[in-house]
Amino acid sequence: MAKNDLQGTLDLLVLKTLSQRSAMHGYGIVVHVQNVSDDLLKVEEGSLYPALHRMEQNGWIGAEWGLTETNRKAKFYKLTAAGRKQMRAAEESFEQLVKGVRAILHYA
Amino acid sequence: MSLIRRILNLFSRSGLNDDIEAELRSHVEMRTEQNLQWGMSEREARHDALVRFGNVTATKERVIGADAALVFESIWADVRYACRGLVKSPGFAATAVVVLALGVGVSVAIFAFADAVLIKPVPYFQPSRLVGLYESIALGPRYHLSYLDYVDWKRENHTLSALEAFDGGPVALTTAGGVEQVDGGVITAGFLRTLGVSPILGRDFHEGDDGVNAPGIVLLSYGGWQKRFGGRRDVLGETVMLDGTERTIVGVLPKDFYFSPIGPADFWSPMRVQTSADSRGEHGITGLGRLRDGVKVETAAADFASIEAQLAKQYPDSDGGRGATVLPFSEIVVGKVRPLILLLLCAAALLLLIACVNVASLLLVRTEGRQREFALRGALGASRGRVVRQVVIEAVSLVATGSAAGLAASYGFMQLLLRLIPLNVQVEMPYLHGIGLSAHVLWFAMAVGVLMSGLLSVTPLARIFGGTMRAGLTEGGRSAAGTVWRHLGANLVVLELCTAVVLLVGAGLLGKSFYKLLHTEIGMEPDHLAMLRMRTPTVGYERETLKVALERRVMAEVGRLPGVKGVATAQLVPVSSGSWGSTTFEVVGRPSHTTKEATNRVVSANYFSVIEARLKRGRYFAESEDASKPLVTIVNETFAKKFFVGEDAVGKVIRFDASSPPIEIVGVVDDIREGALDAAIVPAVYTPMAQGPSGSFFVVARTARDPEEMLPELRAAVQGVDRGILTLDALSMGYRIHHSSSAYLHLSSAWLAGGFAAMALLLGVVGLYGVVAYSVSQRTREIGVRMALGAQKSSVYRLILKEAGMLVGVGIGAGLTCAVGAASLMGNMLYGTAPWDVGTLVGVAAVLGAAAMMASYLPARRAASVNPVEALRAE
Repeated sequence: MAKNDLQGTLDLLVLKTLSQRSAMHGYGIVVHVQNVSDDLLKVEEGSLYPALHRMEQNGWIGAEWGLTETNRKAKFYKLTAAGRKQMRAAEESFEQLVKGVRAILHYA
Repeated sequence: MSLIRRILNLFSRSGLNDDIEAELRSHVEMRTEQNLQWGMSEREARHDALVRFGNVTATKERVIGADAALVFESIWADVRYACRGLVKSPGFAATAVVVLALGVGVSVAIFAFADAVLIKPVPYFQPSRLVGLYESIALGPRYHLSYLDYVDWKRENHTLSALEAFDGGPVALTTAGGVEQVDGGVITAGFLRTLGVSPILGRDFHEGDDGVNAPGIVLLSYGGWQKRFGGRRDVLGETVMLDGTERTIVGVLPKDFYFSPIGPADFWSPMRVQTSADSRGEHGITGLGRLRDGVKVETAAADFASIEAQLAKQYPDSDGGRGATVLPFSEIVVGKVRPLILLLLCAAALLLLIACVNVASLLLVRTEGRQREFALRGALGASRGRVVRQVVIEAVSLVATGSAAGLAASYGFMQLLLRLIPLNVQVEMPYLHGIGLSAHVLWFAMAVGVLMSGLLSVTPLARIFGGTMRAGLTEGGRSAAGTVWRHLGANLVVLELCTAVVLLVGAGLLGKSFYKLLHTEIGMEPDHLAMLRMRTPTVGYERETLKVALERRVMAEVGRLPGVKGVATAQLVPVSSGSWGSTTFEVVGRPSHTTKEATNRVVSANYFSVIEARLKRGRYFAESEDASKPLVTIVNETFAKKFFVGEDAVGKVIRFDASSPPIEIVGVVDDIREGALDAAIVPAVYTPMAQGPSGSFFVVARTARDPEEMLPELRAAVQGVDRGILTLDALSMGYRIHHSSSAYLHLSSAWLAGGFAAMALLLGVVGLYGVVAYSVSQRTREIGVRMALGAQKSSVYRLILKEAGMLVGVGIGAGLTCAVGAASLMGNMLYGTAPWDVGTLVGVAAVLGAAAMMASYLPARRAASVNPVEALRAE
């Protein structure tokens, strides 16, 4: 059965975002998710940073201080190999979830 | 990288804070910048960014919450909480720490010894493959082999990859100052290679160095090299005079080289090849072998047994009746101390168990008092895991403190234990050098710590989760609380008392054995007897008559000393540590197919009267009986009883073998204990010095004064006879008996068991006190009610003492039963004392019973002095 947890969904969004770019800071992730999803999805800052730290603990992402284009200091996050593996697992799990939910919704 | 940094963050929480704050601030500022670009005013832009972000502080806390450092920090908080709790109840904390430290200290110290003795006693290459080889004879399994037997063994066996031989003993070193006795080892050419030892300087012995005409060479021990040659590297090629022959130094052995069966010898010489056929009967060397891969000791033993059986058929005169003994080398080195160490290890384990049980019981009492606290924590939302963590941390803090103190104490215990071993015995135990807190020992301490932490966590947890948390809150943790613990605690105390009884009985029995041993009938009067061992000079006394003349001169010279009442000589004196000097013989007129064996001692004519032996039959030697007279001998009673059953031994004739002259038995003397104090008496024949002198013998003097004081005069007098005489150990008979290895073994084990028993007694009584005191505190209300209803003080005493008495009775009863069982197991450490020795058992029961009743009297008195009004009002 698909694991249905919302935290897992946020993790998936972050991991996927990081997999498409080389390195991003927290603000960049928020903006990216919002833009790509046409403002449908909004990442709460209050959830994002704890999630980032937790994923860093788990070794899914690495963090490093760097400079933004506007020369501002920011912490940049990067996907690790373990993170890529985790992302694939989460992706699969999410697909299962969506399939299941859709089946219920379309049941007539 | 991050985990380490985060752990480090534990010590600089501000660093972590700053890091997160900076990250969040940069987020807000980037949003503000964006807003500015979209055309908001600066104030608006910042406001919007902050609103979107939400509560910065809360976010920061949540980020930190995701951080590993927080886990560490909360653990640290728990540790501090645990420590505060311990400091708040100093009585509990001190008792628990002291008890744990005692248990850890003793067990770690004993383990260090066990580690040295049982795990790494033999510092050679693949020590488990090394075996020692002996010939067995009627008197016992470990007797020397002869060189020719060794050669045959070496050639015929299929189970050893190498077989070498060794022998050790004093040699005379000629120095500028005169003749000096030094320890020497004699080894075959491949001996060191078999051990896996090679010289640090110069060369090892080669094949051919042992040839009959090969030049004399010698290896130095490291100690000898440093002491006698100042550690000079150019010592190779120099010569030394050993036993009158010149030897060239060819090498120096490593510093840590030590071979226990020989001891600390300074000079190591090659063993000469012996070829003369009659030397097969000269048994004087020991074999050292290395098992081939995959061969077991038993297989090798069978191999050599069949070889020796063949030799016995081939050479019945010299090898008849002899067998082969193959033993693991470690057995030879530590065989004697192994049972003692195992006993100690058991005792230490028991003590550790008692200590743990005591602390666990104290912890339980404490947990009772904290039932409400834990219930409250549960009610406020503490998860099971959280409570477990806190309890575990408390246990670990306690154990860590106790273990640290215990490790420090163990160092002291080790020194103490080392001091229980006399120096001359320590010399034989090189594996004890450098004993201390090695890696092995620290690992052991760690393992003990983990086990103790486990026990001390599980015990309170079982109590906490045994009853539900809510029940703890509502009932106020009073009335029902005690029952579980009372059962458990009572069982623990019974166990403790039982253990204390076992140890006390053990100590009592060992002490009694020691007393019996020292008062063993040795067949002579040991008081006021001074002895000095000497060797005739090698040059100038080749003829036997000259040796006899010298011996007479020595006796005359010593006899002139003031305070000397009588002087005699003997090749060896009673109470030897081994069974030295035995001979085979046959009875003339009886078929000689079975060779008989007896201990042989050469003594002066007046020896028996000087040592005050008891003549059973016949007569002593006469002064006039020298080589010109018919040969005579005196035998001991065991000899007479064994070989002349139902006959009179006096007048019978024996001879050593078919080629030697007949010897007439002229007397039977009461058994004299020639061997160890606790060894069985073996047949002995005594022959007169004048009819066959020995080159090395003891001068035995009966003194009027303290014999210890006489020793220097004795030595001076003997040396005054001839400067070439080598004088060796001088000692009194009393000293010899008290310091004989068997006496020492019994004394140390009695002391050790006594020490353990004292600790066990103390711990057991403390445990009992804890249980009874707890029971009283739980029953304060009940006692108050009883007293309010008219119960007398005496009935309250009875109530409490009856409860304690039950525990003590069961504990002592079970303990005595176990003790008899345990004592039967240590049967061979007991001497002249039965495992069920009634005096000891009754004594122990009385001591323990008295101590236990005292421990329960104190809380009983407190119970009896309960003020009923106060007890009821406290509700």
